[in-house]
Amino acid sequence: MNAPMTEDVNKPPDDDRDPPVKGVMDRITGIGSRAWEALLVPALALLTALIIGGIIIAISDVDLLKLWREDPGEAFSETIALVGRSYQALFEGSVGSTNAISETLFAATPLILAGLAVAVGFQAGLFNIGGEGQMLIGGMVGLYIGFTLDVPSIVHIPLALIGAVIGGGFWGGIAGLLKARTGAHEVITTIMLNFIALFLVDYLLKSSVFQQPGRRDPISKSLNATAQLPRIFGSSYRVSLGFLVALGAAAFVYWLLFKSSIGFEFRAVGYNPDAAKYAGMNVVWLYVAVMGVAGALAGIAGANQIMGLPPYQGSSGFSGQIGFDAIALALLGRSHPIGVVWAGLLFGALTAGGRQLQGAERIPIDLVVVIQALIIVFIAAPALVRSIYRIKGGDETGEQLTRGWAS
Amino acid sequence: MLELRGITKRFPGVLANDNVDLRVEGGELVALLGENGAGKSTLMNILYGLYTADHGEILVDGEPLVLGSPAESIAAGIGMVHQHFMLVPVFSVAENVILGVEPTGTGGWINRRQAARSVREISERYGLEVDPNAIIEDLPVGLQQRVEIIKVLFREARFLVLDEPTAVLTPQEVDELIAIITSLKQTGKGIIFISHKLKEALEIADRIVVMRAGKTVGEVLPADTDENQLAAMMVGRPVELVVHKDKAQPKEPVLEIRDLTVLDDRNTIAVKGVSMTVRAGEIVGIAGVQGNGQSELVEAITGLRTPLAGEILLAGDNVTLASPREIHRRRVAHVPEDRQRSGLVLNFTVAENMILDSYYSPPFSRGVVMDWDAAHDQAEHLVEQYDVRTPSVDVDLSTLSGGNQQKVIAAREFNRDVQLVIASQPTRGIDVGSIEYIHSRIVAERDEGAAVLIVSSELDEVMALSDRVLVIFDGKIVGEFDPKVTTNAEIGLYMLGSGAVHETDGADLARTVE
Repeated sequence: MNAPMTEDVNKPPDDDRDPPVKGVMDRITGIGSRAWEALLVPALALLTALIIGGIIIAISDVDLLKLWREDPGEAFSETIALVGRSYQALFEGSVGSTNAISETLFAATPLILAGLAVAVGFQAGLFNIGGEGQMLIGGMVGLYIGFTLDVPSIVHIPLALIGAVIGGGFWGGIAGLLKARTGAHEVITTIMLNFIALFLVDYLLKSSVFQQPGRRDPISKSLNATAQLPRIFGSSYRVSLGFLVALGAAAFVYWLLFKSSIGFEFRAVGYNPDAAKYAGMNVVWLYVAVMGVAGALAGIAGANQIMGLPPYQGSSGFSGQIGFDAIALALLGRSHPIGVVWAGLLFGALTAGGRQLQGAERIPIDLVVVIQALIIVFIAAPALVRSIYRIKGGDETGEQLTRGWAS
Repeated sequence: MLELRGITKRFPGVLANDNVDLRVEGGELVALLGENGAGKSTLMNILYGLYTADHGEILVDGEPLVLGSPAESIAAGIGMVHQHFMLVPVFSVAENVILGVEPTGTGGWINRRQAARSVREISERYGLEVDPNAIIEDLPVGLQQRVEIIKVLFREARFLVLDEPTAVLTPQEVDELIAIITSLKQTGKGIIFISHKLKEALEIADRIVVMRAGKTVGEVLPADTDENQLAAMMVGRPVELVVHKDKAQPKEPVLEIRDLTVLDDRNTIAVKGVSMTVRAGEIVGIAGVQGNGQSELVEAITGLRTPLAGEILLAGDNVTLASPREIHRRRVAHVPEDRQRSGLVLNFTVAENMILDSYYSPPFSRGVVMDWDAAHDQAEHLVEQYDVRTPSVDVDLSTLSGGNQQKVIAAREFNRDVQLVIASQPTRGIDVGSIEYIHSRIVAERDEGAAVLIVSSELDEVMALSDRVLVIFDGKIVGEFDPKVTTNAEIGLYMLGSGAVHETDGADLARTVE
């Protein structure tokens, strides 16, 4: 054995709890002294998901299944070829060309923004399921500013985005206020606010203020050209300024959470509301602030859905379930802004690649969703991946991806 | 006979157990003493099969035990009562006892009647009185602990490990526990009693084994040793067990409380018209059995709970309705009762915890921008000054031992220039070396001119530290004593409500016991 330890060199172990290996990953950064493992586990999760996804692709092909009975050797090579072609399509559609990369970034934009909205909530111990509603309300405010004002782009775009921030922030803030004042659980209130927003938007889109003249369905007037987000790689690629806004939002969230005293309060209340109260933090105000910030981020995501892509109009349910995908994405990104960006890019790539996959191999888009879900399952359960690949160590007490689901 | 031989266990970076030997015979009580972090719990977790030792063996009656399997350990007759109880709060006593080894009849139905009968049998045999049908969450901590012991006995344990069993008990409950342990010994059970309370170990142990830094540093018989020697063995240097302080020089009143009435969480009146004064330069101790309103009283003073009626004056200003932040700004240090629940954020780093209640002001933040370098410097400085044992200020606080966590709070709260110190259970669950340190800090605060209010259920602590002792019972101050001329027994009576109840009022409290 090693030399006996001395008190001066080695700090005494803490024998009242688990060995002192708990730590870095749990701090949701996923970055730091155990960076290697932080990357290894998600990478293996991805690999495992792709293998299982491959099996699913293979067994969902009826002709191939018949072939197994007739000529297993042939069937085997066919299967390998099919899975290979499928993933090649997925790869090419997501990163195989400039256009593919543009499509990936384009798809990632609202996902990152909405993912940040959920992640901020998680950091403060709140489960924000209201991304959809916050996107819709924020988007509607941006839309209104976008088709009413007649100012140059340089003013118009920021104004519309600020409007979206206020709209989404307001909608999120309602849930925060309800929790703070009445104790109503944010999971319930945000879900309900989603429905209210959904039908409110349908109503508004059919009102004379919003509705495109001459239409009877819920379609809004088009944005003025000055409110359309410009494309950053030239007009033939769909990725817009919105992507840069999303990256900027991630940087802002990082600053807010880890460099500002507000973020210190958010995280303190998230980990331990009693200690936050003891430390003199205004827990009631913090719930409103957290949900307001979350809603504001989702609001930008909503505005991007209108300002960032043709036909630059609002339509029924324009949030497109992104507010829900954002929950999975925030989990995948460990509620850390940088993690959310990577998770958003991965989801964007799967979405863009999925279209190619669907076109080239006639594999239903649903299968892409299945693969996405598989990746989340494996990443959200690192213990599972560790046990499959027999990686030792890690946090024996189990990792917390989020906190406060039931608070 | 249970024997551990040459147990070695290494965790990343630390040697938690280094070639440890331990032996206990039937009918014998071995006290295992050591500071937090000495390796006691690791050793017991190895014994119970929760950890696997890197080296060494465990023999039960000469038969080697399969290591690393709790099932094997239980089958070999080893039972463990954890410090934090492993009970299902909404289940009854009997249900908790049979959990995992339910007596089932035909068709898999649980035979509840038989379960209750077994519980009653064990209760009677060992003097462990408890109603088998009571729901756990309705029981006081002392009874919950009994249920844990019954659980272990129900599984026919011959060797019991009690992990700091007295840490959570009131003095009366401790006496009852000791009686139970004695009767267990008489029936031939071997007991390993983990503690860091020297007095207890001397009182009840047949043999005392002391661990330090992962090794056994000594084995003594209670008759051959005393508290000072044991403390020195535990800490590795001579330790002052008595609080040294000069006579108090009370000056102007800092904290004045008048007819304060406070509700608890269930909206019943917990503090019933308390009046008291704490002056600069004195330590006032509040003694009382847990749950007699002292927690609510402290919460009201520190702004965490709004009083129903009455007044709180701080240096002459009315702060009855002030927020916790306002109280903090008025130079009040608060060491909260339950450090993990409210005093610390375990998932924050040591540095983050060091600025937990002062993060909002310079030098740690300007506007809303945090200055983490300043926070770091502060934390490094405090860690050094207060001897907090941590590999760095950037590790999660949860990786520190209880004593070191308490030191983080002490460092944070005592470092500021304060006029009032409120410390609840300042040394609960921490070891001798740290207690000495925290006590000396509290006295130092007094000598620097702060008013100090100590709330503790450890009567010895209140008596040792305080210049005046107030006893709280059922939400009222029922007596004031001079600790130098009063005995623990006398105060104990008042704590139980059986002293001559005399409601005191105002600043000039008279001694009520003759």
